[in-house]
Amino acid sequence: MSKHHVTTTINGDPVEYLCEVEQTLLDVLRDDLLMTGSKEGCASGDCGACSVTIDGRLVCSCLVLGVEAEGRRIETIEGMAKGDALHPLQQKFLDHAALQCGVCTPGFLVAAKSLLERNPNPTETEARYWLAGNLCRCTGYDKIIRAVLDAAAEMRRS
Amino acid sequence: MRYEAPETVDKAVALLASMGRKARVLAGGTDLLVQLRAGVVEPEMMIDIKKIAELRSIAREAGGFRIGAAVAGAEIREHADLRKAWPGICEAANLIGSTQIQGRASMGGNLCNASPAADSVPALIAAGAKVTVVGPAGRREVPVESIATGPGKTSLADGEFVVSFLLPPRPAHASDAYLRFIPRTEMDIAVVGAGVNVTLDAKGVVSAARVSLGAVAPTALVVEDAAKALIGTKGEAAALDALAKAASAACRPIDDKRGTKEFRIQVAGVIARRTAAKALERARKV
Ligand SMILES: Cc1cc2nc3c(=O)[nH]c(=O)nc-3n(C[C@H](O)[C@H](O)[C@H](O)COP(=O)(O)OP(=O)(O)OC[C@H]3O[C@@H](n4cnc5c(N)ncnc54)[C@H](O)[C@@H]3O)c2cc1C
Ligand code: FES
Ligand code: FES
Repeated sequence: MSKHHVTTTINGDPVEYLCEVEQTLLDVLRDDLLMTGSKEGCASGDCGACSVTIDGRLVCSCLVLGVEAEGRRIETIEGMAKGDALHPLQQKFLDHAALQCGVCTPGFLVAAKSLLERNPNPTETEARYWLAGNLCRCTGYDKIIRAVLDAAAEMRRS
Repeated sequence: MRYEAPETVDKAVALLASMGRKARVLAGGTDLLVQLRAGVVEPEMMIDIKKIAELRSIAREAGGFRIGAAVAGAEIREHADLRKAWPGICEAANLIGSTQIQGRASMGGNLCNASPAADSVPALIAAGAKVTVVGPAGRREVPVESIATGPGKTSLADGEFVVSFLLPPRPAHASDAYLRFIPRTEMDIAVVGAGVNVTLDAKGVVSAARVSLGAVAPTALVVEDAAKALIGTKGEAAALDALAKAASAACRPIDDKRGTKEFRIQVAGVIARRTAAKALERARKV
């Protein structure tokens, strides 16, 4: 079967790739484009480690086909820091020690960024529900939630 | 495997008709791509229906709403008018999975995957929603409850797919609710789900009601006895007791890791009662 030619935008850059229909967007990102920031924790939509946004909508890239990215706008964890300047969420995750092994971290950051874009002042409950599809097996959620709420406060100030 | 993303219903029908059971319709993929990865399905073609405008829009029609089969949960959440008129359907659709799953999961996929525990289905059935099905023989409109025929099985013929849902007009003092029981507060599958839709007259007496239960039988149930228990009452405790009893009596559940038969039967009554109380409270306010 011939491969599909896909033209898309990733983190603002035009990108073209060839992929098989069977490949998920996560497979394409990690294996073909070597953007390994998005992680595969479960490949079944349960853990959120593969979170990206498509046209501004938060999704699991393990449950999107690579061919579906045609003509869309994809944002991944690789687009979050601007050069060496960390996004406030990234800085707050460090400040609050909101990560241990770090496998869940890119997904949490992408999902939290999507929350703050829609709701700059979430309550703790809103943040916990929004992030319920992101699993962390080592840090525990309190530090993560505190980092997100602190980043939100800082982003509102600046 | 081939991938096609037709931009019209006609093209999708032609593709689906030519491939028969070797093709699969792809909406949000939150069931289908999991099944593909697990090797449960091995289609030769994926027909992505998300480029068809009709399947992606929410519009007013005939005093009600028409919702495209592939509209994602997040889009339903953002539609203020729909949420106001049909809070039960919206809360059911928005219970499906996480924020990430909501970005993709559709009610068409929820219905056609035909899980007995599908959350949006009892709410749609309680609403009296119709689905428009299209196929090689044209379009037909059928009640939501006629689609699923058993776990993973539907009444759709070869070459057919679901285009949209039509919700009826809302009279005054009418509202709906959906509640489910799950062992935790997020990211789980319903042990029991209940959808209740009620209309009150000017004196607050229930003039019409529909009750549907999910996850307690091979398909979502329409529980007429539970609806009858409400009609002609103001939803007092005795009426709610009778509704709960009728809901429990209608269950034909299985035992599984989430709950035993006995547990499901009892919880169905409790959840149906709470859902009815919530729908009544909403109806009194509109
Ligand atoms: C992590 C996770 C959590 C979940 N939680 C829940 C939950 O809480 N409650 C719940 O009910 N479900 C849940 N689900 C299941 C799933 O998300 C829902 O059933 C969802 O609504 C499916 O919609 P979809 O658009 O993704 O369908 P798809 O996966 O695209 O399709 C599902 C099936 O329906 C067929 N199909 C899709 N659209 C049509 C159409 N228009 N006409 C004909 N056939 C069609 C497809 O061919 C496929 O067989 C969960 C799934 C995951 C991965
Ligand atoms: S890898 Fe996608 S949700 Fe776990
Ligand atoms: S830091 Fe290890 S999974 Fe979250």
